[in-house]
Amino acid sequence: MSEENKETKDANAEPSDPRAAEIQESREDIKLDPKLEVSQEDVSSNVASTDRDPESTAKEASPAAPAETAPADAEAKEKAIAEARAARAAAREKKEQEDAAEASAAPKEPSPNQPRLDRILQIIKENINTDAVEDSSINERDHDLPTITIRNSDWFACSQLLKSHVELNLNYLRNVSGVDQETHLEVVYYLLSLSSKHEYCIKVKTDREAASIASVTPVWQTANWNEREIYDLLGIDFPGHPDLRRIMMPDDWVGYPLRKDYESIDPEV
Amino acid sequence: MIRTEELLLNVGPQHPSTHGVFRVIVKIDGEVITEAVPVLGYLHRGTEKLAENLTYTQIIPYTDRMDYVSAMTSNYVLCHAVETLMQIEIPERAEFLRFIVMELQRIASHLVWWGTYLLDIGAMSPFLYAFRDREIIIDLFNELCGARLTYFYMRVGGVKWDAPEGWIDKVREFVPYMKEKLKEYHTLVSGNEIFLSRIKGIGIYDAKTAIDYGLSGANLRCTGVKWDIRKDQPYSLYDRYEFDVPVGSKGDCYDRYTCRMEEISQSLRLLEQALAEFPEEGEIMGKVPRVIRPPEGEVYSRIESPRGEIGCHIVSRGKAEPYRIKFRRPSFTNLQIFPKLLIGETMTNLVTILGAIDIVVGEVDA
Repeated sequence: MSEENKETKDANAEPSDPRAAEIQESREDIKLDPKLEVSQEDVSSNVASTDRDPESTAKEASPAAPAETAPADAEAKEKAIAEARAARAAAREKKEQEDAAEASAAPKEPSPNQPRLDRILQIIKENINTDAVEDSSINERDHDLPTITIRNSDWFACSQLLKSHVELNLNYLRNVSGVDQETHLEVVYYLLSLSSKHEYCIKVKTDREAASIASVTPVWQTANWNEREIYDLLGIDFPGHPDLRRIMMPDDWVGYPLRKDYESIDPEV
Repeated sequence: MIRTEELLLNVGPQHPSTHGVFRVIVKIDGEVITEAVPVLGYLHRGTEKLAENLTYTQIIPYTDRMDYVSAMTSNYVLCHAVETLMQIEIPERAEFLRFIVMELQRIASHLVWWGTYLLDIGAMSPFLYAFRDREIIIDLFNELCGARLTYFYMRVGGVKWDAPEGWIDKVREFVPYMKEKLKEYHTLVSGNEIFLSRIKGIGIYDAKTAIDYGLSGANLRCTGVKWDIRKDQPYSLYDRYEFDVPVGSKGDCYDRYTCRMEEISQSLRLLEQALAEFPEEGEIMGKVPRVIRPPEGEVYSRIESPRGEIGCHIVSRGKAEPYRIKFRRPSFTNLQIFPKLLIGETMTNLVTILGAIDIVVGEVDA
């Protein structure tokens, strides 16, 4: 801490840095730039319009052709152009929808991790019970990570299985996060096997009112402080935890700051 | 038998060897520690809560302040998480710049550790050597992004500033210089008998315990577990270049020391290879929308920071701000084993063991 202060002072003592002025300038640029308001959707639709399918455009144009053969009638021409434009827009929209449908349907087939997901589901079903898994999916955005939601009441037995099962051997708990999903609370575990380098994401849900999830500290010691942190900031109880106290906030703090409906008891804070 | 009385002793929060505001309450019987209870939260700023109301670019400076000894890697983990979620491609030159600053940062961070660790143990002069050489790296960063400690250098999609003219040459000059100095460090300290007797056989744990406690970085590798995310789950350019992952065998403070010292020379090796292939020209920002709005979804990205695995878990609901963001901080996770190691040790070894874990309190408390 003291070092950080020292370093900041040092940095302030060197105002002659030419880059400082540059930073200031470029920041002002950003503020003045009206394009900043352009949203992501606008950008994507612009892209879509530039790579229109030439074939579909040609097709839409053909019904307008007979109108042009009639005696030079400016009105009819204009009408035809407008029609063609509308048709093109419709075609574009249709194509976009198709693309979107394709994108959502296509990657489901070739995920390389699908066999791994099926295997772990099978192991859980065989050893715990058939209802232990509430939901399972492949997280395509995160390197096809197999993601499983385990039923709250089965979680402790399941955690022991995941660690001790010879084939899975998930001995390393990378990360534990608590998430307030508004309808319920959720704890997300990222597990890794150091021998096979396989990774899984496990989720356990709990009720907002009486939030409680079995502690996995007896299984992975890593969970100890992580669970204390989640208890502290999200108010989830972990029965079976050896020492469940607040860890970041003061002991007499009221409320759980990371909950979405949290309001500080003292408005001055 | 000499009768001793149990004594409750408070170490910290303002204690020089805790490198910040970390506090531990120890129960001592004579000179021997019988129980230790760490107390955290003196530097808790609620980064994760604050981040829920900030855009992704605005969160980057907050990551600077988590691990302020190694801000570049903290920058990277956040940008990398958002990029994975949005599937953005990074231009070659930007990735090279990131790679180089991250490896320089690793050296700088280990130098801080080396200097202060020896200072804790009682050797004053190595600290001066370490900070002399770290200063060169800090100056290089200052030239690159105008800050000495909290850089705010990386952005989603690339880096903010291109390398100024001659900057790469300065880095090229630094690598052989540092190689020379590293030898000097070893002759100065590594064989010193007093130093060795202070750290050899102290704070031992085995590989199984280390994995159980989720330790990472040199704290894990000192037990012989060859796990380095740069090697095993490569990101950035780490799959392109050759480097070794140093491991220990006994899992004591000495092994942690040798692992970190060897990591410095491996970082220099990586730098040498990357500098040889550094692209002369190119973009430093990828194609990124003006408003960064990742699609709905979740991502957990993790990289190897000087202290171990730093991770960033983002839950996005398609807004410009994250719905929930959680940082897996290596210092926080590594520190968990500390009270266990203290039992049965003497008070002097408390400082030795804490120093060898290498924590940054800004990251412990976030």
